[in-house]
Amino acid sequence: MAKVGQPRSVFLHLEEYEVIRLCDFENLNHHEAARVMDVSRPTLTRIYAKARAKIADALVTGKQIIIEGGKIYFDSEWYKCNVCGCLFNQPEKSVTPEKCPLCGSGSIVNYVPVDDSTQVTRRAPSDICVCPGCGYEREHEPSRRCKDEECPVCGSHLIRKNNLLAKDI
Amino acid sequence: MKVAITSTGQSLESKLDQRFGRCAFFVIYDTETGGVEILPNPNKDAEEGAGPASVQLVASKEVEKIVSGEFGYKIKSLLDSLRIQMVVYKEPEKTVKSVIDMLNKQ
Ligand SMILES: [Zn+2]
Ligand SMILES: [Zn+2]
Repeated sequence: MAKVGQPRSVFLHLEEYEVIRLCDFENLNHHEAARVMDVSRPTLTRIYAKARAKIADALVTGKQIIIEGGKIYFDSEWYKCNVCGCLFNQPEKSVTPEKCPLCGSGSIVNYVPVDDSTQVTRRAPSDICVCPGCGYEREHEPSRRCKDEECPVCGSHLIRKNNLLAKDI
Repeated sequence: MKVAITSTGQSLESKLDQRFGRCAFFVIYDTETGGVEILPNPNKDAEEGAGPASVQLVASKEVEKIVSGEFGYKIKSLLDSLRIQMVVYKEPEKTVKSVIDMLNKQ
């Protein structure tokens, strides 16, 4: 039993989750898993050891495992339906969607939420407004409060990236 | 295919909950059988990690698609890795029933 005041949760990073999924669920060997995740084999072994230690901790001390976003190995694209107005992604990488997953209309367009993502990622988090809804990012405009601004992709209120960890919908 | 729809209440006449991680209920709809399962969200008032915990909950129901108003940061990468499709539907006045009707029309 976890004592009062001790953290009740173990946070498993996405890459730690992924390594367990590949090695222990899909039964890939470390060499294959390293290739799938596009990391070196020593790196994979290190992530794997960390993941196992966290899972063992959760199992033995009765903590909840929470999977947190880590390094993203695959980022699906966004699409928008012109008929019902929904926004959706296509998690199966090799498939191009032909119809809206909600209303079935064939009138869908590819949606690109970030126009200069390579530049954005190099700036400090405090200079970036980010959408908690879909991950859209843009440079913060000093004259405006980003929480008054709506995301051009999904309409959520933007927040400053360095405040992001506090925001959990 | 099973679809999770976030709901503000425990009936199909309830409105689509605009939050994913902290929605009041999850309606799990099976498009093949028409079966419906309504689950209260244990993460509704969680201080931390509501989003990832809710992902785990719906993933355990073998859902392939989620319809909600907003998903929250970090959730996309998690759902991508689980191959679960996100449908962002910003219509707070729509009922869960009307979302199910849309899914059925396909
Ligand atoms: Zn549509
Ligand atoms: Zn957005």
